[in-house]
Amino acid sequence: MTKMMATRDAYGEALKELGKVNEDIVVLDADLSGSTKTAVFKNEYPERFFNVGIAEQSLMGTAAGLATAGKIPFASTFAMFATGRAFEIIRNSICYPKLNVKIAATHAGLTVGEDGATHQSVEDLSLMRSVPNMTVLCPADAVEAKKSVIKASQYEGPVYIRLGRSKVPVIFNEDYDFEIGKGVEIKAGKDITIIATGVMVSKALEASEVLEKEGISARVINMSTIKPIDEDIIIKAAKETKKIVTVEEHNIIGGLGSAVAEVVVENNPVPMKRVGVEDTFGESGVADDVLEKYGLTVENIVNNVRELVSK
Amino acid sequence: MDKYKDIANKLRIDIIKMLEESKSGHPGGSLSACEILTALYFKEMNIDPANPHWEDRDRFVLSKGHGAPVLYAALAEKGYFPKEELNNLRKIDSMLQGHPDMKGTPGVDMTTGSLGQGLAAANGMALAGKLDNKDYKVYALIGDGEAQEGIIWEAAMLAAHYKLDNLIVFLDHNGLQIDGKNKDIMNIEPVDEKFKAFGWHVISIDGHDFEEIFNAIDEAKKVEGKPTMIIAKTIKGKGVSYMEDQVGWHGKAPSKEEAEKAMEELGGVLDD
Repeated sequence: MTKMMATRDAYGEALKELGKVNEDIVVLDADLSGSTKTAVFKNEYPERFFNVGIAEQSLMGTAAGLATAGKIPFASTFAMFATGRAFEIIRNSICYPKLNVKIAATHAGLTVGEDGATHQSVEDLSLMRSVPNMTVLCPADAVEAKKSVIKASQYEGPVYIRLGRSKVPVIFNEDYDFEIGKGVEIKAGKDITIIATGVMVSKALEASEVLEKEGISARVINMSTIKPIDEDIIIKAAKETKKIVTVEEHNIIGGLGSAVAEVVVENNPVPMKRVGVEDTFGESGVADDVLEKYGLTVENIVNNVRELVSK
Repeated sequence: MDKYKDIANKLRIDIIKMLEESKSGHPGGSLSACEILTALYFKEMNIDPANPHWEDRDRFVLSKGHGAPVLYAALAEKGYFPKEELNNLRKIDSMLQGHPDMKGTPGVDMTTGSLGQGLAAANGMALAGKLDNKDYKVYALIGDGEAQEGIIWEAAMLAAHYKLDNLIVFLDHNGLQIDGKNKDIMNIEPVDEKFKAFGWHVISIDGHDFEEIFNAIDEAKKVEGKPTMIIAKTIKGKGVSYMEDQVGWHGKAPSKEEAEKAMEELGGVLDD
């Protein structure tokens, strides 16, 4: 049985560890500490935890000020409010002066589920990717999430870490080596490459197994850094497998699919398909039902791959 | 006090020269804050221009970032960088951006310009000071128009909630904003009562009177458990007769002739 764990839970664990080894780590939340799991840090290091109330602009601005004084602030709230409500503070007060603020945003994507469209951020990767100086991470499972948070704390500069609410399969071992800016080939293949990010990576792996039975050899790449994107692994895939499908729990506009397409078109144009949210808002429902309805399924990945391979 | 009046006058001269040279920038709100910045940079703040990143220094955040010319004039006068740099305001390749850039300009403690954000950043600096048991003070200057931004009130709540008595903020209350008078565009009054209600220690002064500024800062330093808001009644465009209290001089540079007239009033000389 595959172990299941939400990436936000891994975030809480990582913060707890980091708090012990690095006195400069401070954590801020906007009244969602139980949900974002920053409460785990609060319980251990209450003097280094600041709840700013339901005030996301203040959250980001305060984090910026703390960073100017040598602190390493982790600012958390839901992805919708972090990147939407506070976008311009992130841009002007954090990214423009390249301050050492880490934005760990949870409940990203459709898998917020029941809360519905107002809370389902399908634009956050796009927004964060377009701001200069920002590094954008989207870990695939709990192991990678924890490693991302730790690596982000050691990196100097703004980092956006996209985390999820729902439990997702743990696909990596503890010895998995995460590096900012590096995509990882997690399954070999020669007919096509599936590049996936976040919670869709496990589904991409499942899809590749279905395809294998049909005689289609699909390479799977986990692209957990959306920016700076790993151009080398994309170009290599384009050259070797000549077809690419991207998969993300995000609008097909502006996120992983766009980032990969940019690299492909400029370096080695090959046919592509983007699996993701098709420029629409989500709706309430159990996470799996929402994913199903909006096409973020193993079946839809398989269909897109089949279609592209048969062309 | 004459010493400080002389410095404030020098800042005004430099502001006009800078803006005339760059043909761009915000004179009104720069001129209204000359006494406040003089008081901070030339008497109150514990700073070292040779070591702008000194970690125990007092901080200053110009939350109303369009007042950059007065900040640059003060920093140059204080010796953070050569005065000749002022000629490059808003020009390509210059370290003096249209709005303050902490990474580009020595002495600028926070990047600002988008209104309201500086106060939140000042909160972060003050929290860090508390966390590290440091004695430094964080000073900030906000505009009255700026007080219409929602983030100002988020930040106002936070500063009081976390008892940031190491935070001393000035409100440059000149009564005008780009489109007109505050009271016609979006009334902020009673702004003193608002900050009081938000849990701040509030002091109202004449923002062009050094004695009142110094006394207010002394009082603020003695306050325990609360941030202080010093509401400084000022005149936009102060010191240049034709700019005073004129909404049209919010964001317009003087022509050469206008600058020369200002120099006559201020006792300065335009460079060639």
